[in-house]
Amino acid sequence: MKHMLTIDGNEAVAHVAFRISEVIAIYPITPSSGMGELSDEWAAQGKANIWGSVPKVVELQSEGGAAGTVHGALQAGALATTFTASQGLLLMIPNMYKIAGELTPTVFHVAARALATHALSIFGDHSDVMSTRATGFALLASNSVQEAHDMAAIATAATLAGRIPVLHFFDGFRTSHEVAKIQTVDDAVLHKMLPQERIVELRGRALSPEHPVLRGTSQNPDVFFQAREAQNPWFDAFPDIVQEAMDEFGKLTGRPYKLFDYVGAPDAERVIILMGSGAETVQEAVAHMNRRGEKVGLLKVRLFRPWAPAALLAALPATTRQIAVLDRCKEPGAAGEPLYKDVLVALAEDAGNETPRFAAMPRVIGGRYGLGSKEFNPAMVLAVFAALTEPAPKRRFTVGIADDVTGLSLPFDAGFRSDVTAETFAAVFYGLGSDGTVSANKNSIKIIGDETELYAQGYFVYDSKKSGAMTVSHLRFGPQPIRSAYLTGDGDAKFIACHQPHFVETHDLLAHAAPGAVFLLNTHLSPERVFATLPLAMQRRMIEKQIRFYVIDAYQVAQEADMGRRINTVMQTCFFAISGILPQEDAIAAIKHAVEKTYGRKGRRIAELNYRAIDKTLACLNQVVLPAETTSTATPAAAIAGQPLTDFVRKLTLPMIAGHGDSLPVSLFPVDGTWPTGTAKYEKRNLALQIPVLETDLCTQCGKCVFVCPHSAIRAKAFPAELADNAPATFKHMAPRSKDYPASWNISYQVAPEDCTGCTLCVEVCPIRDKSNVSRKALNMAEQPPLRAQEAENWAFFLKLPDYDRRIVKRGTVPGAMLLPPLFEFSGACVGCGETPYIRLATQLFGDRMLVANATGCSSIYGGNLPTTPYTTNAEGRGPAWNNSLFEDNAEFGLGMRLATDQLADAARTQLKALALEVGDDVVNALLHADQSTEAGIHEQRERVAALQAKLGHLATPAAASLSAIAENLVRRSVWIIGGDGWAYDIGFGGLDHVLSSGADVNILVLDTEVYSNTGGQNSKATPRGAVAKFAASGQNNRKKDLARIAMDYENVFVAKVAYGAKDTHTLKAFIDAESYPGVSIIIAYSPCIAHGVDMSHNHSQQDLAVKSGHWPLLRYDPRRREQGANPLSVDSAAPSVPFREFAKNEARFTVLERQHPEAAARFMDQAESDARLRHQEYVELAGLLLPETLIAEQAAAAAENKGEPNA
Amino acid sequence: MPDLSTTYLGLKLKNPLVPSSTPLSRQIDPILHLEDAGAAAIVMHSLFEEDVRNDERMIERFLITPDAFGESAGHLPGRHDYVSKLDTYLEQITQLKARLEIPVVASLNGSSLNGWVELGQEMQAAGADALELNAWYMPGDPEIPGDALEERYLGLLQELKEQVSIPVSMKLSPFFSSLPNFVRRAEQAGAAGISLFNRFFQPDIDLATLKVVDRVQLSTSADTLLTMRWIAILRGRSKLSLAASGGVHTADDALKMLLAGADVVHMASALLIGGPPALMEVLDGITRWMEKGEYASVAQLKGSMSQQNLPDPSAFARAAYLNALDSFTPPAGVMY
Repeated sequence: MKHMLTIDGNEAVAHVAFRISEVIAIYPITPSSGMGELSDEWAAQGKANIWGSVPKVVELQSEGGAAGTVHGALQAGALATTFTASQGLLLMIPNMYKIAGELTPTVFHVAARALATHALSIFGDHSDVMSTRATGFALLASNSVQEAHDMAAIATAATLAGRIPVLHFFDGFRTSHEVAKIQTVDDAVLHKMLPQERIVELRGRALSPEHPVLRGTSQNPDVFFQAREAQNPWFDAFPDIVQEAMDEFGKLTGRPYKLFDYVGAPDAERVIILMGSGAETVQEAVAHMNRRGEKVGLLKVRLFRPWAPAALLAALPATTRQIAVLDRCKEPGAAGEPLYKDVLVALAEDAGNETPRFAAMPRVIGGRYGLGSKEFNPAMVLAVFAALTEPAPKRRFTVGIADDVTGLSLPFDAGFRSDVTAETFAAVFYGLGSDGTVSANKNSIKIIGDETELYAQGYFVYDSKKSGAMTVSHLRFGPQPIRSAYLTGDGDAKFIACHQPHFVETHDLLAHAAPGAVFLLNTHLSPERVFATLPLAMQRRMIEKQIRFYVIDAYQVAQEADMGRRINTVMQTCFFAISGILPQEDAIAAIKHAVEKTYGRKGRRIAELNYRAIDKTLACLNQVVLPAETTSTATPAAAIAGQPLTDFVRKLTLPMIAGHGDSLPVSLFPVDGTWPTGTAKYEKRNLALQIPVLETDLCTQCGKCVFVCPHSAIRAKAFPAELADNAPATFKHMAPRSKDYPASWNISYQVAPEDCTGCTLCVEVCPIRDKSNVSRKALNMAEQPPLRAQEAENWAFFLKLPDYDRRIVKRGTVPGAMLLPPLFEFSGACVGCGETPYIRLATQLFGDRMLVANATGCSSIYGGNLPTTPYTTNAEGRGPAWNNSLFEDNAEFGLGMRLATDQLADAARTQLKALALEVGDDVVNALLHADQSTEAGIHEQRERVAALQAKLGHLATPAAASLSAIAENLVRRSVWIIGGDGWAYDIGFGGLDHVLSSGADVNILVLDTEVYSNTGGQNSKATPRGAVAKFAASGQNNRKKDLARIAMDYENVFVAKVAYGAKDTHTLKAFIDAESYPGVSIIIAYSPCIAHGVDMSHNHSQQDLAVKSGHWPLLRYDPRRREQGANPLSVDSAAPSVPFREFAKNEARFTVLERQHPEAAARFMDQAESDARLRHQEYVELAGLLLPETLIAEQAAAAAENKGEPNA
Repeated sequence: MPDLSTTYLGLKLKNPLVPSSTPLSRQIDPILHLEDAGAAAIVMHSLFEEDVRNDERMIERFLITPDAFGESAGHLPGRHDYVSKLDTYLEQITQLKARLEIPVVASLNGSSLNGWVELGQEMQAAGADALELNAWYMPGDPEIPGDALEERYLGLLQELKEQVSIPVSMKLSPFFSSLPNFVRRAEQAGAAGISLFNRFFQPDIDLATLKVVDRVQLSTSADTLLTMRWIAILRGRSKLSLAASGGVHTADDALKMLLAGADVVHMASALLIGGPPALMEVLDGITRWMEKGEYASVAQLKGSMSQQNLPDPSAFARAAYLNALDSFTPPAGVMY
């Protein structure tokens, strides 16, 4: 019997790979992490492989480590595998050469992803896979979820039989994250595909002291070459072996595959050749064209290495006249992309044969498509076929973009639809990452996939934000397997749902709607009132398309059902009730059944609530009667009205924010990845339901609210009172309480109402309460909508007020430092993020002279993911200059920045001295001996440099020009190396350690969330004992690595461990001390994260508990103190005063384990408790040690004193 | 050796000492030690409605439908083999039943009427011999009259009784205008016993942070007097089993409760302070006192000093301020 599953590509692969592996070495990287996560979870649950043993799943410190571990496991005779993508695959390449060079069977499963070039991209293309062409691995492509599942088995069978290791790849996101209904390969098939004798052969080749051999020799010029050639027969034989495995698989499952699968007209004249998910789309287009009598075809390349030209030629119809080869990668400067060139060579060599396959060699053109998951749809396929009919088509082309620079792109008709569009039920859902829309949709797909004969497909598009992330779910259902590996086109969806009412304002929700489609809107407005509130364009579309419009107040229903703000079940019920895809009764029964399955026994009461919500939903769902005419007079809100815009922002940033990036032509783009900063302010995301409101009668101007704001959405300024004379009437300002400011000045704390995310942390930290009513603080949350316009005006006024003079600001105090403008604002970080306050603080203190090297991770995503960046500039246009190199090399990257800066400063000093005659000795001396330890000193040096530049300009000599180009380096620069614990503790530790030892003047900021946050909470060596994390599903066994202690071991490194929510003044002081230290400084900053399983409104109290429980001792190790004869280490937090349990009980990462393994959890808690106490004790003891030199001096003094005594 | 046995909620107990719901009973071992020390039955720690809800919400929010981003579909392992707090509780009932010879009373603590008393059915299925319903609603709403609240408690009791066939005892607060009347109605609604009184964690103000905090306040022997009076008043006026709870630290405390009419005496604070040996000590003290006074059985002395059995029933009825105050002498050195 066919066993069907509705799962995504990663699960489809892991489902097979796990069952046929013994050792699985993993490391997280998008979009492949899911395969490792599932493997780890299954192993933790004790699931066995087909031979009855539970695979050993181990996480490494990097992909390089994972590949090394696989290599070792293979050498010791186990069936080993790994999963990776992109940069991770690049780190595996050295081992891949070794593994292939030793003819060792293994399969690496790769969710193919773009490589970082001018920018990082987490999305799919083949540039990573193509970088491994020369390793000796076979490259085997899967084009769909079903194929990825099947090919995982075929690849393993082939590698065991033919000893060539296989890189099995499928398109990142498009296949790895697409949910589809597939037929599963059962254990019996796997047993047959992997016969015992093959496994015995593998064991026989393993390293064993019982029959020892030696591999990994070093060979000299006499033999290396021959030995390299000795394995040729294995590669020659491999294509046939793969075909045999495919044939066997076909016999067992009824799903036959070929090395090169041809589909289309048997007498085709025009053929497209490609591999990956794009082939599915081409197949759909080819079928459409064939039905109309067009002689076109598609050749799917499955085995790309070892290249099998004979099989390729045999698969092509003899009638082929023109071929377009499509590559999903770019090889700059090459004669063409890899697949194109290989096809061309095959044809050219064939043409030279005595009996060529083709009477005339077909004409071949090569094109690029789909880089970084760019859409590739049937319209584009048609454009390629059309190009082939031209008398002189472009030999090199691109498709899917508008290239107005080199003119390579093919035009396509965006309106084209293949036949299947009409046969398929497409639905599009707009939701938030936090509202459960995606999980509800995955659930719906499963319901339809599992309960009906229909095939189902789901693909989910997320924006790049973490707070208020928008998700667009594209679902398709149909009677045939769905090949449409592209998004729903305009006018194609029969059902559209908007789960968040505010999207009506910001997005063109009905673009995808087909005529007569159903549109479901979650709104609190009644069916009678809602239409009038819609934007005019939407009303017009609705009437034109005769949309069937339904509304539901999902939040109300959820609340009444006691489900808080969880609207997923409500919206899912609506979908089934009105989409007509299933009879309503069956659908409701199926949802209830799904709820039961989801929650099971453990959540049976939540299930009850869901049932109640389902029943309530049907009663609250209303159809809106559309009027014949539009009624709206509302004009779309101009969010950024009045702001001066650069051309760049107007032409690129704003269209990208509006979701029109796809239509931007090549000519608009920077050629080297350089983008302007200061663009996050244009987004105005209006995420907050409530914003903080200041009570000037209570506020003591302590600055804590500014200090803790993760989005820099509340700010302070001090200014002469008269500047507020023309302020808007509601602008709040007050006389300063501190004598630090002239009495005639005023202070204002102002909220950016449209940028605030409503996290409440500022209100939570506010220490001032009304003496008569403690619930009234100096800051209180209030509804945003009524305040929006007024506060936006106040904010605009506030921004125009001058910044406080950096030279006199008391930056060592919180209220003083918070007057400095943040040069990091409105990032897309999570609501209540524990990392961003540290970055913001650094930019306030040093941002105007800051170079940032940022490791890949959350901080690079909220810091540099387009369309906008939160890094910005001050009134003089100065601000942090930022770059992200890689995940693994960030410390070294930052060191390079420092070296260059120092070198250029040295050069400037030398050249300056050489120009002393021209510019004057006094100028030179002042510049060379400037004291830049204070803001005033830096200001003066800047003025000196400006004066120097003016003089150099007048000189107009080559020497002057040379100095002018580097003179800015005479102003002290602050180099910051920023990243998370995944970087600092694991993948980048080697480099970090090296930089720690370098003595260079760099500042390292480790945002320690104790897990890999960005990829979804995987275990790092910063993960504390007893916490569960992905890849540590059974709980972390080991004590958290003590990075501070390691750094202190270097003696000349400034080290601080801070937690701003526990002690903000300590954090502030640590940042200032670290930056002023003229050597390596490292600040390890405790950063609560949603991955801890805690509501981020408890961010501060958890930081406080982390410190009080001893989990996170506060300390500073300042080598300068040694010069004063003091111990460099000061422990700045008291001995643990609350049990570790008190801290841990609030976080799901700890409590989940109690639900799984109570004994282990209890043991971990005891150990963690003693870890915390012991660590604190160790620090206190270290801090109490007398320095050796002090000790020697004391002993000498004592000896001298004793000498004089008679009994000495 | 006097016969110490008693009957509570229809269960025959070897003596009247029953540890009440405390954190001690969260684990199996301390309960086994209590049995060894002589406990006649055990009331498990309460399964708090709020706790079950928070647990379910946590599971829902972080494990079932977590926040999702492009690079992550959640941030904790998606394992589904975890056990809810409710199931942990039920499992503990089962384990206790397997390992103890004494009866096990499960305890439910909550106030809403959202069907959570169905949990009682699961507790029964897990093996509980009886249930203690620990219902308490903070009456802060001036719109809700006292009788409506009483109805709410009784409704809850009735609902629970519909779910279970094992005996149910209600643990009450001292805040009833007419406790005997409520007890009578509870009897009519199907209760098998009454436990007096619930001891609440009273919120406190932290002067440093101006926040309200929970504080654990253990009882002292002085707390027995309120309970003892009500036991004495109720004995004979109701057929329900009576459990005396609150302040029993010594054998004297326990004896007074029994004389007033308690069927069982609960101990909590004394056990938290002194552990299982404290129970053994009280039991020994009871035995010695009975032997000295030549009592043959607990049944003999139980209620012998209930209000009805007193020569002057008004001793428990009057608010005897005057005598008490008259006999009060200020401490030396205090000026009035």
